[in-house]
Parts: sequence; structure tokens; C-alpha cells
Amino acid sequence: MPDTTLLTQIKDFANRADPYPLYARLRQNPVSWQEDGTPDGVWVASTHGAIASLLGDPRISSETLPPADRPKTGNPITDYLIKPIKDRIIDSHRPFIFRDPPDHDALRAAVMHQFTRERVQGMRARSDRLVDELLDAKRDARRFDAVDDLAYPLPVTVICELFGVPREDEPKFHDWATQLATALEPDSLTDKETRAANSRTFDAIGDYMADLIKEKRKHPKDDMLSGLANETTPDGVKMGDYDLIATSVLMLVAGHETTVNLITNGLLTLLRHPDEFERLRADPARAPRVIEELLRYEPPVQFRLRKTLSAVDIAGVTIPEGAEVLLLLAAGNRDPAVFPDADKFQPDRSGIRHLGFGGSLHYCVGAPLARFEAESALTALTRRLSSPRLVEDPPPYRQGAALRGPEHLHVAIEGMA
Amino acid sequence: MTTEPLRGRAVIVGAGLAGLRGAEALRAAGFTGPLTLVGAEPYRPYDRPPLSKHVLSGHLPADVTQLPSDLADDVEWRLGTAAQSLDRAERIVRLSDGSALPYDALLIATGTRARPWIHPEESRLANVFTIRGRDDAARLRAALAARPGRVAVVGAGFIGCEVAAVCRELDLPVCLIDPSPSPLSRVIGRAVGDHIGAVHRGWGVEMRMNSEVAHLEGTDGRFTGVLLKDGSRIAADVAVVALGAARNTEWLAGSGLSADKGGVDCDDRGLCLDEAGIPDPRIAAAGDVARFPHPLYGGRRVALEHWGHAIAQAQHAGRLLAGEDPGTPYAALPNFWSTQGDMVVKSVGLTDGADAVAIVQGDPADRRFLAVYGRAGRCVAAVSVDSARWLPAYARLVETAAPFPPTDPATDRPLKKLAIQDPGFA
Repeated sequence: MPDTTLLTQIKDFANRADPYPLYARLRQNPVSWQEDGTPDGVWVASTHGAIASLLGDPRISSETLPPADRPKTGNPITDYLIKPIKDRIIDSHRPFIFRDPPDHDALRAAVMHQFTRERVQGMRARSDRLVDELLDAKRDARRFDAVDDLAYPLPVTVICELFGVPREDEPKFHDWATQLATALEPDSLTDKETRAANSRTFDAIGDYMADLIKEKRKHPKDDMLSGLANETTPDGVKMGDYDLIATSVLMLVAGHETTVNLITNGLLTLLRHPDEFERLRADPARAPRVIEELLRYEPPVQFRLRKTLSAVDIAGVTIPEGAEVLLLLAAGNRDPAVFPDADKFQPDRSGIRHLGFGGSLHYCVGAPLARFEAESALTALTRRLSSPRLVEDPPPYRQGAALRGPEHLHVAIEGMA
Repeated sequence: MTTEPLRGRAVIVGAGLAGLRGAEALRAAGFTGPLTLVGAEPYRPYDRPPLSKHVLSGHLPADVTQLPSDLADDVEWRLGTAAQSLDRAERIVRLSDGSALPYDALLIATGTRARPWIHPEESRLANVFTIRGRDDAARLRAALAARPGRVAVVGAGFIGCEVAAVCRELDLPVCLIDPSPSPLSRVIGRAVGDHIGAVHRGWGVEMRMNSEVAHLEGTDGRFTGVLLKDGSRIAADVAVVALGAARNTEWLAGSGLSADKGGVDCDDRGLCLDEAGIPDPRIAAAGDVARFPHPLYGGRRVALEHWGHAIAQAQHAGRLLAGEDPGTPYAALPNFWSTQGDMVVKSVGLTDGADAVAIVQGDPADRRFLAVYGRAGRCVAAVSVDSARWLPAYARLVETAAPFPPTDPATDRPLKKLAIQDPGFA
């Protein structure tokens, strides 16, 4: 009888620093039923083969979000006439990470149309400069926090500049993004309080974005939001306001909450493997290998939730219709059937088949940003830090089990070049 | 069955994709003896798919598609030399330069050539082309770069469609001529082929379906246009004859192997059969030329002209000849792709003999859809148009011979009701 509490243990904050032994136990059954406090439970896919197959399965839906749950105001006209309509409109214009084809494809294509090579390349150069500025600010320090001093501000600045969010408004996004990122944690879907808080936050950030979109329509600039608000894609897609708000919120939250983990997990892993730290310092051209291995070994997004549209036979079990399916990307990344010595950090392994960016149609849109931001940060850190040492190992972690990474990463240094 | 490591000499006839990957597999399986690759063309193995696409459009020169390889220098190349005959009693391959190559293991990978136009004197007219090799592609590219007034493409198979799409990318008037009712309909049927035809029409390709070419006409040795069997004429400056491929098996005449225009016969391991149906343990075949019983299709003998198949079967055959028994019959799922302009058509399985087809995802109106083919109530193939991301899921249905039609819903098709059509093979 398989252990049906493994997912509960994974969600337990006490196991945040090292969930990998639990993942290994899950992999004994490629797809297994796990308790989650609801009668239906959740099905967890944990081997590389099962996850890859489900990611590309047309019977697997991403429309997992429950209906919005906005609190009543006490005003009957608002509560019984306006609110239900507004709820329904917002529910039908979710960000495309929670949408299926064909809507997903049109929205994603519109974003990709704005993600031009010139914009990405321009941000790449900007990212290198930003890293140097952020580290220069710590030039005389003997200790710094890799999260607050570098890994958080870097991707935030990049995504805000890319979208054309004014610099002075950046701080507002901090709390909004932290709150909305909980939508990726499985319990947030059932927890009434979290759902209400997410609705409130979405409304707040949505109001902000609506104003900004108006501004971009009046005074378009060379940024992605201006492009999305004013241009039509070659396929004739031009987003309506609700989709535009949801899409820009998605991109801004993703920019705030994911790459931070890649950079921080990256520095943590390199400090735990000093030989690899030295090798990257000696040869910055190794960075792409190091980063792909990090995306396998310590992926910023550990799992994603899906839903079955019909019964799915896989790996000897039948997932029933309408069931929640959790794709444990980080467990598939440690599958010894695909990666020899899967629990070892080995940037020189051949073949890139990690699930760090997901796969198939929802493959991470921001992957190129994440890759060069991590490259700027990790090459600069290995180049500039003198005798770095972890102050705490394991470091304190953020709450999330899905978006998993250190809350702070204090590093003692003898100097910063 | 060979289970002993190969000793002696290995010869591979055919220096294309299959020959190269077969040679690498022999070495990877531990064979260190003398290894000779014989190629009729004067070039090291190169990749053919770009020849009918990026090379014709001018994005790539014809001579840059040489295939990467991990073969070391311990391989003898006999390039620009065709195999002329096979003497199995003496275990010798005779070459066009009069020399003879003894072998202890032989891999037949001679592939195919473009099927020529039926009237040889017409095919010799200037500006009449076929495409198979890189020299062909370079010549046709030069002719297209000269901006002809119109290009006539004879044959609306995959190569014909790719050439027509390139012509439109180059903004050249082009006419696609085929006796069948819609492009590709011999392979994918009319039900899907009509949608492909509509895309080409939208690009401005002049479609002359249900039209058979009688003659390629010329003046002073130069192509001037096409005369159709219905008596009408299409004036054009360039003709591309795209009538499919002919298998290079003539050199096997008199060898005692079971070989004809349809390929050389193999058993389920890949060993070549003699005329009595007995496998020759020293000879295997791979790639376009090999006709083998496919376990997924009830042991029906098929010869597949697919890129991925050439690699997989050559690797299988190389290991087999090296004495490393792969243990299982070669059974890779057939698959291919065709890039026509910015449209990508991909397929898994074999449509041959399909009696029904259903569009299961997407919408032809959006030029984005996936069709599944059924035969006797089982899924036998799937064809995707700009929807390749779903193909692996349908490959599993084909591999497991799942019931047709597939009734499961998909994210973009909540309805369980599917329109089942006659595939309409031409």
C-alpha cells in the first residue's frame, strides 16, 4: 500500500529545505493518489516519463483555478447584480497559464510577438549592468543577503523595465506578487482566506494595470505593455482589457517570484559545491551548462497543477475524469531512469531534458529571461566574491512548496571585487 | 543469427544518412576492423531535408548540410563510386571503377533517386529539374534565383508542395500540377489534403489538380511549358519534376537477394532475404531501400522514406552486423515532417489502408489541426498541421492500436462527437 501522505509531508514547511527524499519515495509509483484534505485527493505524477507524457496530453487541462471568491460588500446592488457579473468576467479572463487552447494559444502568441529578439537582447546587456550596480552597492560589506541584495531586485527590475512599469511603482508589486504567487500552491485553491486575499490583490493590481494601460494607449513607449495595448499580432489578435490585465499581471508576478529562486538556489548550490564554484569562476563560458543543471537539480518551480478532462490510463493507474493532477517537475528532474546519478549536481551531463521550465504548450515564456538573468548573476558572483561562505546551511526558506527557494541567503565574504 | 562479435571487413554501400549512422553504430558496438563506405555521389554524407526548403529559398548554400559524425579517420571512403553488383558467393561488391570490395558484413543503404520524367528526351531540356542530391538543389536554386516568369511543379507530393511554397516565398508565380484531386492525397487522403491545398491556394499557388501532364515542351532544347492531357498548355520557364522516388536496387540484380523496384526484402531483424526467403546473416539493409515487415502493421512489408527511420533502422542494422543482437525486431513508429512555407505537416504511423479519418483537435480554418486515421476500428496514423505538440499523445494511440475513433475530449475540443470522414486516398 503506497504512502498517501507523502504530498502532505512535501507541503509541510519542515521539509522545505530538502524535499528530495520524499520525491524519491513518490517515484516508486510513477502516478499515485495522495491525500490533500479533500475527499477527492490529488493524483501526483513523479517520474520523468509520466510527467512528460501528461504535459503533452490533450486530455490534461490547465483550467484549475476555482471561481473567484470576492467578499460581499453589504450593498445588495453591488453584491447581487454587479459582483456576479464582474466575477464571471474575471473568471473567464484568467492569465494564460491557467487557460487551455485555443484561448491560451492566442494570448501566448500575442505575448511572444512582443518578446522580440531586440528586446530580449537589450535586456540581456541591461541585466549585466544591473548586477554590477547591485553588487557595487555591497562593495565594502563583509556579509550580504543574496536574496534582498541581488536575486530579488534583478528580475523585478528587468520585468518592470520590459513591461514599462515606472520605476517608482516597483515597490508596490512586492506584496502583490508575493500574495498572488500563492495561487500556485495547491492548498490556496481550497483555503477560503487565501482565495479571498488573492481576489482582493488581483483587483488591486488589476486597477493599477488598467490605469497604466490607459497611459500606454495615450502615450505609447517602446515597451511590451505599450505593444500589447496598441498592436495587433500578425494573426489578428489584439487583447481586450481584461485579458491584457490578466496577462500583464501574470508576467509581472512570474518575473517577481521565479527567477529569484533560480539565482538563489544557484548560489546556494555552487557554495555547497565549491569545486563547481571555482570552475565557473575560471570559465564563465560554463554558465549555460551550470544553469541548465540548476534548472534540473533545484528548479524554481517544483510542481504545477492540472486537471483531467476524461479518465486517463497511465503507468498502471487510471486517473478519473475531473481529477486534479500534480506534475512534480522537480521529482521528474531527479528520476534516475533518465538522469544517471540524479541526486548529484553535475553540470557536464549530456542532453538537456529537464522539466525546469515545464514542457509542451505551457513551456515557460520567460525562459530566455531567466537564463540570462541567472547567467549575469552567477558569473558576476563567482567573479567578484572573495572567499564566500554560507552563514546558515540550510538557509531559511520561503513558505511556498511549489515556488520553492530561500527567503534569505546570507553569505559572509572577505571582499567584493 | 550472428551473436559473435564481427571479425573481418565491413562494407556499407550508400553514403547517405543511413550509411553514416550504420557505420557509427558498427563502431559504437565495438567493431574495430576495416570499414569502407561506398557512395555514388562525390560528397561525404549530407542532410537532404534542407535541399527542398532552405537551399531553394537561398537561406542556405547547398554545400553546407554535411552531417556531423563521430566517425574517426579509420574509415575508408569510396566516394564518387557506385556499387555495380553483388557477388554473395565470393562475398564481393563490385564497383563502377572496376574494383572489387570483399566483405564479411555488408550494409545495403543505397536509398532512392528522384523518379525521372517518363520521356527521357523531355527531361533533358534545359530548366527541367528533379531534386534528390545537393547538386540538383544547387542547380534549381540558380534557376529560381534568375527569377523565372513561372515555375511548373509536376507532382503535388511532399517535395512538390515544398517547392511550390518556396516559389511563393520568393514571390515567383508557380503552378502545381497533379492528377489527384488535392495535394498529398495519395499519402494523407483528400479529406486532409483539401485543407493543405487551400493553404497553398491562399499563398497564391496556381493549383491544377485532376490534371495529368502529357509532355514537357521545349524550343531549342529549352523548356517552355507543360502540355496537359486535356490539351491545355501552361507556359513556364522552369519545370520541377517531383514524382516521388525510385529505389536503388538495380545493382542487386543477379545477387540472389530478393530485391525489386520496391526495395530489398529483410526479415524482422533487418537481415536481407534471398530469393528463397532465407536471411543472409552477413547482409542487412537500412533506410529508404529496405523493405521490412513492420510489427505494428501486422507484419506487412514496408519501405519507409523517412529521415528518422533511416537513422533508427541503420543503428539497429549496424549493431546487428557488429554481432550485438538487439534482441527485438526493429519496430520504430514511422514518422515524418514536411515544411511548406511557414506550415509544418508532421505525421506518425502509416496511413496506408486507412478507412476513416477524423479531425480530433484544432480547426482547419485556423490552419492548425490534427487528424487521426483509423483502419478497421484502430488508430493507425495521425497527421498534424502546425500542431506537432500534440503528436506524441497520438503516437501512443497508434503504438497501442487504440480504438478508432478516439473518444477522449481534448482541451480545445470539449465535445465528444467527432465527424468521421472517408480519407479519400487518390
